[in-house]
Amino acid sequence: MEVEGDLEAGLDELRATYSTGKTKEAAWRRSQLRGLLTLLEEKEGDIFKALKQDLGKHPVEAYRDEIGTLVKSVNYALGNLKKWMASKKAELPIAAFPSTAEILPEPLGLVLIISSWNFPFGLSLEPFIGAIAAGNVVVLKPSELAPACSSVLAKAVHAYLDNKAVKVIEGGISVSEKLLQQKWDKIFFTGLDVFICSAKVGRVVMTAAAKHLTPVTLELGGKCPAVVDSLFNTRYKQVVIKRILAGKFGTCAGQACIGIDYILAETKYTSTLVEQLKVWIKKMFGENPKESNSIARIVSKQHFLRLKNLLDDPMVKASIVHGGSFDEDNLFIEPTILVDPPLEAEIMTEEIFGPLLPIITLENIEDSIQFIKSRPKALTIYAFSNNERFKRRMISETSSGCVTFNDTIIQYAADTLPFGGVGESGFGRYHGKFSFEAFSHEKAVLRRSFLTDFWFRYPPWNDHKLQLFRSAYKFDYLGVVLTALGLKNSKQDSSK
Amino acid sequence: MATEKKEVFNAEAGAAMMKELRSAFASGKTKTHQWRVTQLQSLLRLAEDHEKDIIAMMKASCKLALKELNHWMTSEKVKTSITTFPSSAEIVSEPLGVVLVISAWNYPFLLSLDPVIGAIAAGNAVVLKPSEIAATTSSLLAKYLGEYLDSSAIKVIEGAVPETSVLLEQKWDKIFYTGNGKVGRVVLAAAAKHLTPVVLELGGKSPVIVDSNINLQVATRRIIAGKWGGNNGQACVSPDYIITTKDYAPKLVDALKTELKNFYGDDQLNSKDLSRIVSSNHFARLTKLLDDDKVSGKIVHGGQRDESNLKIAPTILLDVPEDSLIMTEEIFGPLLPILTVDRVEDSYKIISSRSKPLAAYLFTNNKKLKEEFVRNVSAGGLVTNDTTLHVILAVHTLPFGGVGESGMGAYHGKFSFDAFSHKKAVLHRSFAGDAPARYPPYTPGKLRFLKALLNGSILGVICALFGWSKA
Repeated sequence: MEVEGDLEAGLDELRATYSTGKTKEAAWRRSQLRGLLTLLEEKEGDIFKALKQDLGKHPVEAYRDEIGTLVKSVNYALGNLKKWMASKKAELPIAAFPSTAEILPEPLGLVLIISSWNFPFGLSLEPFIGAIAAGNVVVLKPSELAPACSSVLAKAVHAYLDNKAVKVIEGGISVSEKLLQQKWDKIFFTGLDVFICSAKVGRVVMTAAAKHLTPVTLELGGKCPAVVDSLFNTRYKQVVIKRILAGKFGTCAGQACIGIDYILAETKYTSTLVEQLKVWIKKMFGENPKESNSIARIVSKQHFLRLKNLLDDPMVKASIVHGGSFDEDNLFIEPTILVDPPLEAEIMTEEIFGPLLPIITLENIEDSIQFIKSRPKALTIYAFSNNERFKRRMISETSSGCVTFNDTIIQYAADTLPFGGVGESGFGRYHGKFSFEAFSHEKAVLRRSFLTDFWFRYPPWNDHKLQLFRSAYKFDYLGVVLTALGLKNSKQDSSK
Repeated sequence: MATEKKEVFNAEAGAAMMKELRSAFASGKTKTHQWRVTQLQSLLRLAEDHEKDIIAMMKASCKLALKELNHWMTSEKVKTSITTFPSSAEIVSEPLGVVLVISAWNYPFLLSLDPVIGAIAAGNAVVLKPSEIAATTSSLLAKYLGEYLDSSAIKVIEGAVPETSVLLEQKWDKIFYTGNGKVGRVVLAAAAKHLTPVVLELGGKSPVIVDSNINLQVATRRIIAGKWGGNNGQACVSPDYIITTKDYAPKLVDALKTELKNFYGDDQLNSKDLSRIVSSNHFARLTKLLDDDKVSGKIVHGGQRDESNLKIAPTILLDVPEDSLIMTEEIFGPLLPILTVDRVEDSYKIISSRSKPLAAYLFTNNKKLKEEFVRNVSAGGLVTNDTTLHVILAVHTLPFGGVGESGMGAYHGKFSFDAFSHKKAVLHRSFAGDAPARYPPYTPGKLRFLKALLNGSILGVICALFGWSKA
């Protein structure tokens, strides 16, 4: 098939480029990273336009969550590239004298990055920065669900970067399937197709990778809880409410893997919480959020209907305390709050990925720990609290990709923190130097001299040599010397 | 009356075992410093009580883990930037949960216990599945670990394919597999069903490049020690084949013959200092490699075999064709083919045309050649002027693992602890210093502020705050 033939030819070209060694050169890597910076600067307008078209994203949101973080990450990579590429000395025991050892990072080779539609530039280019910085040749497969963005990305990468080393391949499921059949040195997958449920798509990718023993990073999703301790009776209540709203409706209308999925709050504070949320929804999004231009749209009719169906269950519908209106023509869903929908309803068993915010009430906020523990591990746990003991319990008793206290989403911008999941939310990590490492092999290198040799390394074997080995492995140098001088006898007869 | 058959490890047994292990893990006990220390100390006592049976390296691993445990378990503070100011951040190591270690037959104690030590140090509940091919070791491990360790959280499951299949159907938080690529693919596919991360320690054909102008005697001894001295070639990092120049090959072959005689005497087939071949299956596999038409005439040393005792003498072959069977698959035995090239630099093409091995070795005094080798040859690990020492001596500071066909992930020392840990990011944010620019309704002024903030430009932030534009 034509697409297949082109695909194979394209990959052959990439492999040929890789084998010339050009992408390993620091100069090449820098040139690509700088090219990316120029791309982000010069194509900013096109990027804003495409995000508006595919997702209804406001340029400020687009800059805050995608372009801005990318610019930051490229600069960080440029600033640290030399350090990342350098080998690290490893200490050796004296027994190994004279030797030197180091760990040298090298690129893996030909890598595949499959990204998602909700942050189409961010989720394609963040891992891409790591792949390039690490010296690989790359195929980028953006999501077809954000077609304007996919197209802008393909054209821009073609125009600004080295086409013989980096390719963008556009298309849908059949293209992804063909790509997954190839042999890659690494696959980096960010998956959010909640229809097939991101975890299941992750399994498809990993199974395909298994045939070629390809290592993978899977950035999946899950239901990220936000535990809200009674902070809105303090002077910080505004900040708490704003951050919650920003972390749900303000980030791609809730279509974010690290967006707040649901809230856990104490029963006695819930009505206050709901009131405050309503007040600030109005301040942030106006009387009529649809007209506000500050809230994104649902990406497709399929996802729109999926979200609408979550509210079909009469008991779920009955739990709505704010919002709940839909506009199918404009793929707009109003910020919606629910209090205590049934835990077995789909809205509480599946990742929501949209602007519906259930609040689950608990007698005691500490019960949130058990609630979270009994569910699959999420990408992030959010907790708003000033109670240091509770925070420490949250860290040590739950497991998640990340824990963020007193804010939402912002951990995405922290270059020094690894970004990735655990359990159902995925494995592997990136951002900052972790991106570089995700696309590198850390090669162990040991250099020995011809000068010294331990004669007891070599057969024929006897007890004397066994005793020398015992001492050597204990790094008991005195023991080695004494045994060699015949002043220390072997403990056991090895012929027994 | 016949003794009762050992309980079959079937799907029900597998599910019941998982339930017990998950419950043990959920109790939180394996996460405590105390539990980890107790288990590691018990392993150490096991090694000391049964010193004859346990390799000293395993003791060294235990001791290192005990010594470093506090340090490894402590969270790592990391710097934060203006983008998240004010905040503090740390990376917390936590256990993955319930993990599976499948080990191999060639270093059965070491390859079982080294990963288990890492898993315990990291606070997990563990199941060990030793290789059935090393049957005696398998029973010893089951017996000893059962006696010395907390069997509600650490278990040994013995058996072969059926039992391993039951194990692979369970949902693990990590699988650590040592073995070959074929089974490695099966393990990875099984892991995919549950999104289980894996470490695969596989093998490959580890090449040795031998340059001229070296201390030939020392080099030869080291090659022999790495090849035949290490389980008679049955090790994942054994020198598999040699590449040297046509001119140097005769000298190398002579040196090998001389030193082999020094180490193993005249009757090398029957030397007591050489391990035997592990099984008749592997014996048949190896003799088939020798009897291949393409290579049977290339034997320049050895070639003798003793089927009843599963012994094959150290055998050297010269100038075998690159497409012969012995050059296609990992040898894993006492056969050493030598390929010859015109110039030593031609070796790189041969190596790069093959799958990436677990190890690659170079003997040279030529600095340029050494640097080219380190830069261009991709393998799990490289050693210049020695063989296999990096596994033995640099135990805890170099990561041991493969790349490409030779595997994924690494272990030894702290890398073992990391292999079985999840590194959880924790960000502590303050309420002070809230930037209104983050929130809707969005304005051009907010855009300017965000640009400055994300670019780490303090001046830009100040300008934006005052509504000045940076022209």
